[in-house]
Amino acid sequence: MATISDIQAEIVENFSFLPQWEERYAYLIELGQKLPPLDDTLKTEDNIVRGCQSTVWLQRECRHGKVFLQADSDSLIVKGLAALLMQVFSGQDAEAVIRAKLTFFEDTSLSGHLSSQRSNGLLAMVEKIRKFAAKCAADPETEQD
Amino acid sequence: MPLNIEKIRGDFPILQTQVHGKPLVYLDNAATTQKPQVVIDAVTDYYTTMNSNIHRGSHYLANLATEAHENARKTVQKFINAQYDHEVIFTRGTTESINLVAFSFGEAFIHPGDEVIVTELEHHSNFVPWQMLCERRNAHLRMVPMTKDGELDLEVYANLLNEKTRMVAFNHVSNSLGTINPAKKIIQMAHDAGAAVCVDAAQSIQHIDHDVRDLDADFYVFSGHKMYGPTGIGVLYGKEKWLDAIPPYQGGGDMIDQVTLEKTTYNKLPFKFEAGTPNIVGPIGLAAAIDYLNSLPFDEIMAYEDNLLEYGRGLLQNIDGLTLYGNAKKRTSILAFNIKGIHHYDVGTLLDTQGVAVRTGHHCTQLIMKALGVSGTVRPAIALYNTKEELDTFEAALHKVKKMLGK
Repeated sequence: MATISDIQAEIVENFSFLPQWEERYAYLIELGQKLPPLDDTLKTEDNIVRGCQSTVWLQRECRHGKVFLQADSDSLIVKGLAALLMQVFSGQDAEAVIRAKLTFFEDTSLSGHLSSQRSNGLLAMVEKIRKFAAKCAADPETEQD
Repeated sequence: MPLNIEKIRGDFPILQTQVHGKPLVYLDNAATTQKPQVVIDAVTDYYTTMNSNIHRGSHYLANLATEAHENARKTVQKFINAQYDHEVIFTRGTTESINLVAFSFGEAFIHPGDEVIVTELEHHSNFVPWQMLCERRNAHLRMVPMTKDGELDLEVYANLLNEKTRMVAFNHVSNSLGTINPAKKIIQMAHDAGAAVCVDAAQSIQHIDHDVRDLDADFYVFSGHKMYGPTGIGVLYGKEKWLDAIPPYQGGGDMIDQVTLEKTTYNKLPFKFEAGTPNIVGPIGLAAAIDYLNSLPFDEIMAYEDNLLEYGRGLLQNIDGLTLYGNAKKRTSILAFNIKGIHHYDVGTLLDTQGVAVRTGHHCTQLIMKALGVSGTVRPAIALYNTKEELDTFEAALHKVKKMLGK
């Protein structure tokens, strides 16, 4: 599996082919549309990410020290952002998730463009992922948060 | 004399902004309005030529600043037709004005078992302070519901009023739906029941009539920044008899008369409610905004904005899958809507890529959102500098948003 930094580099490259913001959003929307919807039974209170104005659900699983993630949102753009986070973090070693520096958000200029509320939501997702990764690293056989 | 909109637009320098390479279409006016050059100049001039602390200074600049600040109070007084300039209290904004009334009026007049009436149409700022007051004083909060068209149910209101009602707090115009509430009638009914009223005029003062004596409002509150003035300045108007009868909100400098260990006596109105060094320049900027509005025929502004609103509603009603919220017979400024299957944030974000600025979310009115059964809406709001051409641009942008989201 590609490393977290390789995946981030690829995301930045993909965005570099889309100079117009309209194209970038179209790409995010496409990613959002492609991300499979979360089963309704997983849309629990515990899976809701606080800090988002749109609703985001994040399902976390730990298998043999690796973090597996699924996400959904009622906003397609936010779902697209979540899809990028899934690409970066899902399936990675918990230790790598904890250590990883999140750079694609800045390097694609997404951070400067999105409203602070949505940025906060994204950062809240990252925080939830990292917290879970710490739990997964401490007890690699833990399954759920 | 009809309004010269092109000239008016020229008075607001920020309207020339390009957003992502496209001309800005600013439709977030219910959140805050843009400022004409005369307001920007008044603020700059204050700092350039007269900055000084006010009221107790003994030097040239202090006198200049005090005079400008107090003249601004008179400008506000005339604009809202208050009887005395000391009935105009400067605050940070509408929210602080309401908190002041809820606290000070509550201290003097709300006792256990008393009742306070609010409405379902309120901004959280005109709901939560009253809820907090009721919790503090063991009083009961009652709520006038809205109808499906977004009007207040006055029959329910009439039934809620009783001899225990001490205060009725409501907005003249709803920030989420644009409903113009029948303020005079609501106030008359409250007074007949022996209750005082607090009118939230944050969304009305810039669009419709704003005569506190004609309304017979006991308290009337608004913000500078929603009426083309600076941020951080608001007004609490209160009838002298009420302001004299209620205790100060905050203690500190400027609000005192004599301080001894045993007791402090308070300064006269309006200073009794203005503790600490105030926002000195704020009222000066606000007065410049009022002078600017006074330079235009207000009847024409109202007619022009009405016309724009109905034009905008017409455009939106023709869009497939679009639900327009609020259908009050009397309305102003607000065009709230959702498009089926699309989240309001996605609409707002994609409109922004086309230079169109709108507000999305619950607009601090979660009670209204609950009544509508939605988590939020898209809320464009018009001001006197908007044009039909801008609404056309907005409509075209919306079609593009729908296309991008596959709807």
